[in-house]
Amino acid sequence: MAVGDVGIVFWILSVAIIVSACMVVSLRNIFHCALALILCLFAVAGIFILLGAEFLAAAQVLIYVGAVAILMIFAIMLTSNLAAKKITQTNENALVGLLVCVFFTLVGWVLLKKTYEGIWSHLELARPLPSDNILTLGKYLMTQYALPFEVVSILLLAAMIGAIVLARKENA
Amino acid sequence: MEFKLPENDLTLMLPEIFLFIWALWVFTFDLLTRRKKESAVGYMAMAGLLITGGILAVTGGGCGFGTMFFNDATAIFFKMIFLGAAFMAIGSSFGITKQKIVNHRGEFFGLMLLSTVGMMFLSSSNELLSLYIGLELTTIPLFILAAFFKDDKLSVEAGIKYFVIGAFSSALLLYGLSFLYGLSGSTELVQLKINMAVINLHLEQIGLILVLAIVLVVAGIGFKLALPPFHQWAPDVYEGSPTPVAAFLSVGSKAAGLVAFAKIFVNGLFVFYGPEAAPADWGKLVGFVAVLAMVIGNVVAIRQSNIKRMLAYSSIAQAGYIMIGMVSMNEHGMASVAYYIFAYMFANMGAFAAVAIFEDKTGSCQIESYRGLSRTSPLLAISLALFLLSLAGIPPLAGFLAKYKVFAAAIAMATQNPSYNWLYWLVGVGLLTAVFSLFYYANVIKQMFFWSEDSPYRIRFSPPALAVILIGVVGILLFGIVPEPILKFAAEVYASFGIVPF
Repeated sequence: MAVGDVGIVFWILSVAIIVSACMVVSLRNIFHCALALILCLFAVAGIFILLGAEFLAAAQVLIYVGAVAILMIFAIMLTSNLAAKKITQTNENALVGLLVCVFFTLVGWVLLKKTYEGIWSHLELARPLPSDNILTLGKYLMTQYALPFEVVSILLLAAMIGAIVLARKENA
Repeated sequence: MEFKLPENDLTLMLPEIFLFIWALWVFTFDLLTRRKKESAVGYMAMAGLLITGGILAVTGGGCGFGTMFFNDATAIFFKMIFLGAAFMAIGSSFGITKQKIVNHRGEFFGLMLLSTVGMMFLSSSNELLSLYIGLELTTIPLFILAAFFKDDKLSVEAGIKYFVIGAFSSALLLYGLSFLYGLSGSTELVQLKINMAVINLHLEQIGLILVLAIVLVVAGIGFKLALPPFHQWAPDVYEGSPTPVAAFLSVGSKAAGLVAFAKIFVNGLFVFYGPEAAPADWGKLVGFVAVLAMVIGNVVAIRQSNIKRMLAYSSIAQAGYIMIGMVSMNEHGMASVAYYIFAYMFANMGAFAAVAIFEDKTGSCQIESYRGLSRTSPLLAISLALFLLSLAGIPPLAGFLAKYKVFAAAIAMATQNPSYNWLYWLVGVGLLTAVFSLFYYANVIKQMFFWSEDSPYRIRFSPPALAVILIGVVGILLFGIVPEPILKFAAEVYASFGIVPF
């Protein structure tokens, strides 16, 4: 793919992300918000693919689109009348929130630009990912990072037990 | 690229593995006995902690799994503190498991053990990823424990608040850590330190992003430590959650946050400490946060009428004092932090245990209801008074020496090197606010001892609660009067951080 094509795809995805993200926080129907969120998450997965991070893209689709967003939609549909209701998404803090967003966007932009010009463009890190990065990731998980990988399973066990304890109906 | 398991010796991990299996056993035991035996599960959990402590005492130091599991003096010292805090928290929760948590005793104790396992992994890790996962394993069971009284609105509120704040702060921390990884190219703290020293040469170009990373990590861990301005959750969560859980939060989870902080900053970002690293000097930032913690914690605590909220603000202030030791980077600094948290464990766990025992009997946490307690329940009144005096830093209790050590470390650092004279300000604020703190600690003591009428309550101790109170009292008295063994150990903690003396 030529550089120009990547540029076009990047712009399409970026516009999709920004528009759908704005829809998530502004639409009046919560069901439509959830759908816009799915679009947004899909577009982010596309950005990951552009960067050559296939694993992240797959995880993004599987976890965020496949699990989190679908769960939200289930929750909305199972809650009576929620999908039909009109909601307001703003309160008196909306302007403050917008200012904070603009501030952090500017800070992030300045930081990344400065840092990239200063040092990242000279470093090894700036190289594109190897094409077999999923393979590399899997091998790392089973070798160097095997211990944190195992500890995560303890963490999931604790979360699962906790979810059951909190959600269970008491018969006492 | 080469893929192989790091050098490993799983026998060093035995305490953690044992405690994890024991937690599973505690879950199953509760089911097997059909929840009929009231206290057996609790005793089981306490026994597990004791055995783990025994195993910890015989396992040596060294490399358990590359840099992700390394038993040095810091790891062993803090593991002792985590086990002690968990032991005292479980000992003081027999009342609530008897009265309120009838259906989920096994889960209550088991989750507490799992949280302890997380803390232990955290204190052994010298690598960002395993550090982060250890911190998560510490906090996720605590979210659930905070909301354990499911039909109590305050407890559910506490759980949700802690969950939202915890998730948010984890995200901040992870974002900051990802910047550190991106800048240094390594998640291993030793390598990170070396790479950061190289990057230090390019400070002009990367200064801003480094500042952002440092601010994010300070904020992320600041939430866990309840350091202002990230402290607002603490009083609500402590007030709502079951008292032993609040105690465990204020000691165990705080000590875990301190270890994570020390590993990332003192170990990993050592080159960015001091005026020559401006603007990325994290020392002054943390010093400022410590001042806020001492002032806000101590001043707001005076106004509280609920003793759990008061202890929450007091623990915010205590974290501020600990941070003075953290930013004093000489041979006393880290040692004073270790000794402080050791003394703080006994006093704070003891105070919360006394509050828990009182609450089990009376259902009240108001300071007013402690009136005249010295005549009806002298043991509880005297021990609670001792714990509070130790927190205030009155000699000869352990809390006094802890505060002294922290201030002495800061003053020694400031006199050794004139460019650190801002540490004098920290000590000044610390001394001044310590006087403030006397006011609210003494208020509780005044209510208990100098009230004309007798208290209507007569408190009786269950055996584990009595044991916890006695451990606390003996701890603050013994280690206040004979601190040498712990100070010696604490000096080794300093040595295990590769701090280059100035």
